Amino acid sequence: MTYYLDQLLNGLSLGSLYALIAVGYTVVYGIVQLINFAHGEIFMIGAFGALSTWIVLSWVTGGSTAWWNLPLMLVGGMIVAVLTAVLMERFAYRPLRNAPRLAPLITAIGISIFLQEFVRLFYGQIPGFPDAKAAIPFPQLEFFTGPAIDVGGLQVHRGNFFVMAALLICWIFLWWFVNRTATGRAMQAVSQDPDTSRLMGIDVDRIIVVAFAVGASLAAVAGLASGLRYGNIDFKMGFLAGLKAFTAAVLGGIGNINGAVVGGLTLGVVEAMATTLIPGQFGGPAWKDVWAFVLLILILVFRPQGLLGAKVVDRA
Amino acid sequence: MLEVKDLVVAYGKVKAVKGISFSVEQGQVVSLLGTNGAGKTTTLRTISGLLRSESGEIWFEGERIDRTPAHKVVMKGLAHSPEGRKIFPRLTVEDNLRLGAFARKDTDGIARDLKRVYDLFEILYERRAQPAGTFSGGEQQMLAIGRAMMSRPRLLMLDEPSMGLSPIMMQRIMSTIRALQSEGVTILLVEQNAAAALKLSDRAYVLEVGQITLDGTGEQLLGDDRVKRAYLGED
Repeated sequence: MTYYLDQLLNGLSLGSLYALIAVGYTVVYGIVQLINFAHGEIFMIGAFGALSTWIVLSWVTGGSTAWWNLPLMLVGGMIVAVLTAVLMERFAYRPLRNAPRLAPLITAIGISIFLQEFVRLFYGQIPGFPDAKAAIPFPQLEFFTGPAIDVGGLQVHRGNFFVMAALLICWIFLWWFVNRTATGRAMQAVSQDPDTSRLMGIDVDRIIVVAFAVGASLAAVAGLASGLRYGNIDFKMGFLAGLKAFTAAVLGGIGNINGAVVGGLTLGVVEAMATTLIPGQFGGPAWKDVWAFVLLILILVFRPQGLLGAKVVDRA
Repeated sequence: MLEVKDLVVAYGKVKAVKGISFSVEQGQVVSLLGTNGAGKTTTLRTISGLLRSESGEIWFEGERIDRTPAHKVVMKGLAHSPEGRKIFPRLTVEDNLRLGAFARKDTDGIARDLKRVYDLFEILYERRAQPAGTFSGGEQQMLAIGRAMMSRPRLLMLDEPSMGLSPIMMQRIMSTIRALQSEGVTILLVEQNAAAALKLSDRAYVLEVGQITLDGTGEQLLGDDRVKRAYLGED
């Protein structure tokens, strides 16, 4: 029993990671109907931004792994991720705003490759930074990593706690931002009707930048969480994570923030449970990606609008 | 107050507006009449900045605005309630109204104007927490007008405010327009219901395939034989 609970918890924490990234896909899609396939790379860049912040700090602190490194690494990761996302929007996507849909999609793939190669080739070139051609160990901060915590007989990895708590906080913040601030209301308006939004005095270009920035911030949180959870990061970590998070966004209903969270958690749990419950040849960790994408295919066939998708009340 | 000079607007190669000129004076109600495809909606969308003109000039309160982006035109005091109402269906009534005041920063003034809209349309107050998409056509139209009022415009452009409404609702909307005028709001009206529009109008222009073919005071046009035949359904 404990074993299954353990796996469930594992699934929820993996799912939280997917959910944090999935929000970025869904928010941008909701505003510009664009699948930003380079978003996985923003997650990777967020992790590298956090690591870089720690490396720079360590020149002063001598490599301290005290807990207070965390907020600084988080801010560093966010700044780098948001900056990358905003530049990407400004110079790659904005000129294609009125182009056929295929153009930004191919551009996204190009940006993705560019960002991966950029990190792979240049990271180690910066004096004092480790070579990024192989996986880099991520600083193991005290309190956030270390011996598992005993919760009623369950041994819970601290990184798992961190990522689940991070999702919860981000989700609450996002809810507040979207529903309780003028900018959030403007985001909803633009996602429903961009032209009429402009008539309200909303600068649609600015809202699009905000959407990219919000997605990138959460991806940076996920990047840091991922480093703490797995203990290392590498330049291609964004590829599979991005694909899974995209699956999660579609699973929950693309364009729907709550859907991204529900989709992420569902995908994480399904992956963990499939690994645990399916016996014999098709079970085990080697098959988890297969089951994740089988789930995507099933959703696309039987419920293409996603779990929480499109209960749209339109004009009466 | 508003001056349109030799305005030409095209969709690709097709010219929808072919060099029209007209003006709206402070405090007036001015109507643009014409059949479908005459270029009325195109004209309004160009004035509010949603479309770019090919040539010609648009002046608002002494300032040229034909290259100003739409979100900045609103801030200058020119609001546009678009054809088909275009309320935000998944937002509540109150959120819709607050979006109308998006460009404003005066919290007190916004609260006062919100109350003014609720006083004018009681049903909006009763249903302020409901998603606007659940409303009937007439209620959505009230919301659309209320939302446009929330930016406190000096010039309000209304595109087909009576479309699809019952005669009673239609009367409500027309008397609202009159009330707004008496508060000092200038109105540029596009309307299918020519008779109702002309009764309200200080001045009216008739558009036919992108050109102004007739203009005069509301009364003059009500009595004009060609208008009677083409738009008022009289022989």
